[in-house]
Amino acid sequence: MSRVAEVQVGLASCGVAAGAEPVFRFLAERLASKGLRVKPVGCLGMCFCEPLVAVVTADGQRFVYGPVDLKRAERIVAEHVQGGTPVEDLLAPEDGFFRKQVRIVLENCGEIDPTSLDEYLARGGYQALRRALREMTPQEVIAEVTKSGLRGRGGAGFPTGTKWAFAAREKDPVKFVVCNGDEGDPGAFMDRSVLEGDPHRVLEGMILAGYAIGAQEGIVYVRAEYPLAVRRVRQAIAEAEARGFLGRNILGSSFSFRITVKEGAGAFVCGEETALIASVEGRRGMPRRRPPYPTQSGLWGHPTVINNVETLANVPWILRHGGEAFARLGTATSKGTKVFALAGKVRHSGLVEIPMGLTLGELVLEVGGGIPGGRAFKAVQIGGPSGGCLPASLAHVPVDYESLKEHGAIMGSGGLIVMDEDTCMVEVARFFLDFTQKESCGKCTFCRVGTKRMLEILTRIVEGKGTPADLDALWDLGQKVKAHSLCGLGQTAPNPVLTTLRYFREEYEAHVREKRCPAKVCRALLTYRIVPELCRDCKLCTRACPTGAIVQGAGRFQVIQEAQCIRCGRCREVCPFGAVEVR
Amino acid sequence: MAGQTSLAAGRWSRGFRRFPRRESSVIPLLQLVQEQEGYIPPEAVRAIARYAGVPEAQVYGVATFYAQFRFQPRGRHVIRLCQGTACHVQGADALLEHLKERLGVEEGGTTADGLFTLEVVRCLGCCSLAPVMMVDEATYGRLTRRTVDQVLAQYRKEGR
Repeated sequence: MSRVAEVQVGLASCGVAAGAEPVFRFLAERLASKGLRVKPVGCLGMCFCEPLVAVVTADGQRFVYGPVDLKRAERIVAEHVQGGTPVEDLLAPEDGFFRKQVRIVLENCGEIDPTSLDEYLARGGYQALRRALREMTPQEVIAEVTKSGLRGRGGAGFPTGTKWAFAAREKDPVKFVVCNGDEGDPGAFMDRSVLEGDPHRVLEGMILAGYAIGAQEGIVYVRAEYPLAVRRVRQAIAEAEARGFLGRNILGSSFSFRITVKEGAGAFVCGEETALIASVEGRRGMPRRRPPYPTQSGLWGHPTVINNVETLANVPWILRHGGEAFARLGTATSKGTKVFALAGKVRHSGLVEIPMGLTLGELVLEVGGGIPGGRAFKAVQIGGPSGGCLPASLAHVPVDYESLKEHGAIMGSGGLIVMDEDTCMVEVARFFLDFTQKESCGKCTFCRVGTKRMLEILTRIVEGKGTPADLDALWDLGQKVKAHSLCGLGQTAPNPVLTTLRYFREEYEAHVREKRCPAKVCRALLTYRIVPELCRDCKLCTRACPTGAIVQGAGRFQVIQEAQCIRCGRCREVCPFGAVEVR
Repeated sequence: MAGQTSLAAGRWSRGFRRFPRRESSVIPLLQLVQEQEGYIPPEAVRAIARYAGVPEAQVYGVATFYAQFRFQPRGRHVIRLCQGTACHVQGADALLEHLKERLGVEEGGTTADGLFTLEVVRCLGCCSLAPVMMVDEATYGRLTRRTVDQVLAQYRKEGR
């Protein structure tokens, strides 16, 4: 058995939320006397068994434990670190989670100390920058990125090399690179994890972009709701400056570049590039018409390249391994990998990176480990509120920009929510539209009023007041909002509604025709009833009922009075005998 | 109260100096004030407008556009319940109802004793721990009505 060389604890936001900090402090204290370093690392990806502890042996083997509490940490110290034997029963169950993953963007995430520039360097960090500055012209850098086939990972999928070439050919001496980390999709945490877990990678990508297009200044735009990511990026900038990777005459070359951080103030629409520019300039984040595109006239009228966090995080790898190596991964039109934040009704919720072209089924059932609790896989919502809900019957669809679009969804930034039979698709569509409607900046009539009308119709349907004519009205409005909105928000907002109408029409029909919610979610359409034969008259439900709707029946059982029932489901939760039935 | 306000205004203007006097400083200045005061008092809008050289109406327009800025002081502890997609499908709705009932406030409201403000956020990015809420900087995951009550009780105990 090889000696233990290092112990790592995942201290990204989600790890901390799951209680990793006390575990870290405990291990650090216990192992300090033994001269063993306990290293804080970023997201390991296996969020489903946080807090995670990894024990690395001198010969490079890595044992990941999770979930780890103080008691288990004690055992890991005693049996593995001191005893030299891995604690088999505490290892995080990987079953298939990593098998189909390919890690480019996440290659360091969860394995290096994000606050240490040296650890990034030890992993080949800033090699791409060194090589570019010494051996490559800006045109050659752009050519390499173009050859890789890298496309924007923020959702729209515009070819990155082309975008850079547009900005590079502008004559303006002042240009900007903006890193878009305004990850506003509910259910997405890819950018946060990369910024928290491997911030130098994003900085290196930005510096390379700056060199390629001839910019002197970069701005990282991060959500203020991500305090740890903001802190890590600021820290990384300071360290990179101190060591000559940022600032004047980088690595002794004639190229100078500085990076500052801007905290977003909470507006989903600011993920759209012209809105983001308005926000950085200090105004309301409202999109404007394009052209001119930001590559011609962006921040303060200067040429500006705006790339998503994940896009930039791919760039150092591409320059280190060559565009061809990157282009060998993926499909004909979608190259490389894509990071997804898997969540919802899936066993392995977490951060995953898969090669483009893997099917939705492989992603959900193999990487994701399938649905917990023996429930049936019903649908997957891909692309956040701008994306679509694809049914389980489309599990064979490959994850690439074109295939997803063809079926009414979009790649989006990487949020992927799995739904099982207990999820009502109508209600989910209403949920997403409620989000986009509130986030609409109000500039375009179709987006401002259209989404509002659609939301009203959907609300009516889930409240049991919908009519069959509402379904046609929804479809019609959805098409119009898509066609007549200026920016990506309005153009994609109807997607969840249109895809659910397309693939789950029968659920809508049940709501409007039979006033029934097949998934038993829409409260107004439910009836709670106590089955007298199963009721043991323990009165737990009666005490739990907030409206006093449950009374003694004509015998040794309780009865719910329909008129007073608010369908909160509390009686069903507390009943030890499963006597409360819902229809 | 008026005396306190002008004192505060003096304190802001010292912090302001870190930022250039231009339009692009409006959002960072609003963030600075909110960090110090917990909200954006009306005098701050005026001070920022004057400092950045833009009309007051514009500062107000910016402040109302972004979800981050508030015009009312908040309670001692801020509860931010996540209503992101993952939390939603894991039943965050029921928790919102529960919190409203337990605290006796609506979304955005502050309890009578000034201890809690209840807010709803779209996503805290801890989707695998859904449903999630944050109380100040601490995150609580895999919540149920019972654990929500336990968390509230803990803060109430400390609050006294």
